Amino acid sequence: MAIDPTRVRRYAAGSRVPGWDQAADLSKPPAVVPDPATTPVPEALRAEIEQFMSRYPDFRSAAIPALHAAQRLHGWCSPTAIEQVACVMRLTPGYLTSVATFYDMFETEPKGDTYVYVCTNISCSLRGADRLYEAMVAAAGDDPAFNVRSFECLGACDIAPMASIDGEYVGPLVEADCAQIVEDVKAGRPVLAAKQLRHLKTAGQ
Amino acid sequence: MQLLFDKIDLPGLNTLDVYRRELGGYEMLSRAFEMEPADVLSQLQASGLRGRGGAGFAMGTKASFLPKGDMDKYVVCNADESEPGTFKDRELMQKNPHLLLEGLAIAAHAVGANKAYIFIRGEYELQATILEAALEEAKAANLLGALDLWVHRGAGAYICGEETALLDALEGKRGNPRLKPPFPAVQGLYRGPTLINNVETLMNAPIILRMGGDEYAKIGTERSTGTKVVSVSGCVQRPGNYEIELGVPSRDIIYGLAGGPDEGRTIKFWFPGGSSAPVLPGTDEYLDLPYDFESMAKAGSMLGSGAIIVVDDAVPVVDVALKTAKFYRHESCGKCTPCREGTNWTVKMLERIDSGEATPMDLDIMASICDQIMGNCLCVLGDAMAMPIASMIKHFRDEFEAHIEAARERRGLGLGIPQVNRDDHAGQTDMLDPSGDGARVTVH
Repeated sequence: MAIDPTRVRRYAAGSRVPGWDQAADLSKPPAVVPDPATTPVPEALRAEIEQFMSRYPDFRSAAIPALHAAQRLHGWCSPTAIEQVACVMRLTPGYLTSVATFYDMFETEPKGDTYVYVCTNISCSLRGADRLYEAMVAAAGDDPAFNVRSFECLGACDIAPMASIDGEYVGPLVEADCAQIVEDVKAGRPVLAAKQLRHLKTAGQ
Repeated sequence: MQLLFDKIDLPGLNTLDVYRRELGGYEMLSRAFEMEPADVLSQLQASGLRGRGGAGFAMGTKASFLPKGDMDKYVVCNADESEPGTFKDRELMQKNPHLLLEGLAIAAHAVGANKAYIFIRGEYELQATILEAALEEAKAANLLGALDLWVHRGAGAYICGEETALLDALEGKRGNPRLKPPFPAVQGLYRGPTLINNVETLMNAPIILRMGGDEYAKIGTERSTGTKVVSVSGCVQRPGNYEIELGVPSRDIIYGLAGGPDEGRTIKFWFPGGSSAPVLPGTDEYLDLPYDFESMAKAGSMLGSGAIIVVDDAVPVVDVALKTAKFYRHESCGKCTPCREGTNWTVKMLERIDSGEATPMDLDIMASICDQIMGNCLCVLGDAMAMPIASMIKHFRDEFEAHIEAARERRGLGLGIPQVNRDDHAGQTDMLDPSGDGARVTVH
């Protein structure tokens, strides 16, 4: 398909980059390591991050686990979440933002609590993953409780097409399963219990 | 032959008790602790075990590159399994996590490492939880000796499967590959000597010690020893993980174990080693090849991570090429220009082919882009896109051209090959010689 020009979001002067024309505020000093005295950090989060930091010779190694923890608490890597991690880890928010924007699993915008990653890579798409993704978007795309994304290979091509709902791998899925997934998540039940990967026997046996 | 998959579906194999009772778990680790590290290393070298992650470098040789002596050394297990089509490590870690811990501890003893990390991709939440529980058990039973071992969860980036990018991610940075040399064996994690191995490679260590390196080397072929867990997926009837002896005919895996393509379909082509491997057509010539490192390399492809993706004749090759290219465009970390720009341009050109704006000459441009990416970046992510795309163009050029012409037809653009009226250019002297050596010729 060619790119449909009406679907490309444009910003100032036809650019695709939002805010490119807004100059950085040079009068403001760059964000520094937050002051612990003025940055409230939930005690549990602080303890968790410090636990991570103790595992590595260089404490910065804990950046990814710490961001995971903060994202679990806040729902996304919000400026507050980044600031709290920065405060505990004694890093600048800029450093952590650079890390958070690199990795796919960190959300830099507010998103629904339950993530649904639909794998649309080669093996899954050979089994109809693109249609499944469209069905999933139709079933839960507008629901603020869900964060539906088409994702790169999730490493479960044996149950293609598949999806990961908050880390629970389910497949092989048909389009009708999408409604069931939404229902199960809302009812707090295990998602599609019959199609969970954790119960799958090894094929080579 | 079932070595890694021995009793794999036994309920509770992920617990320490069952692992010790049924598979003699951690016996090999205690035996290794009684041996000199150099002896363990020589067993690993004698086995001829080649890395199972993709590059296929001999594991024992890699371990022997680490400097000897007393210093902080690291072992990192690469469990960031993100190569499309690969899902062997997921199954192995989920069902037999203790085998990985034991293998990791043996490797650490062999190279004299005191710290070890398992870098597992963030999407594998179930497997990470199982590994963490297994690690707790092993630590509580004081089985790992002085080794400081932790499970480190990534956050979703294909590039972190590349060893130096993985090290950067483990150090808490963006996962950008580093310039090599220095290789990680000399300067890796925290600038210390580091051994990085795939999950399946490390899981073979206890098996090698149990059998003896020389015995293990008798399995498989001369230069591809041992067994391999092959992930078969795509257009086959029974996708899944199968443990095979290296060197069995590829046909036996695709047709025998995985059931072949669906009724009435034939194999158009297949990726022998994950989506980064050049594709091979589904003809007898290629299907009869033994599935091992050398044969795949000789056929112009690679064994890679051992992930076979089968594509049948109902799927247009352009669709697969576009999917592949889009994946690598998304996952390119952006550090090296040929990869960052090359993947993007390839996607754009494939989209043009699909929408009917391309001409058959664009295939040459794409092949040339692929050529310019290959070998020109810090890591092989760009190559990993260039190789399959270039091989698809090589093997299926006719289909690409037919696709282009059909798409042009739909848009009413006419033939894609420019028709030059030579009379219009008669006497002109600035035309390039079509033979391509850059000489200018006169049009007659």
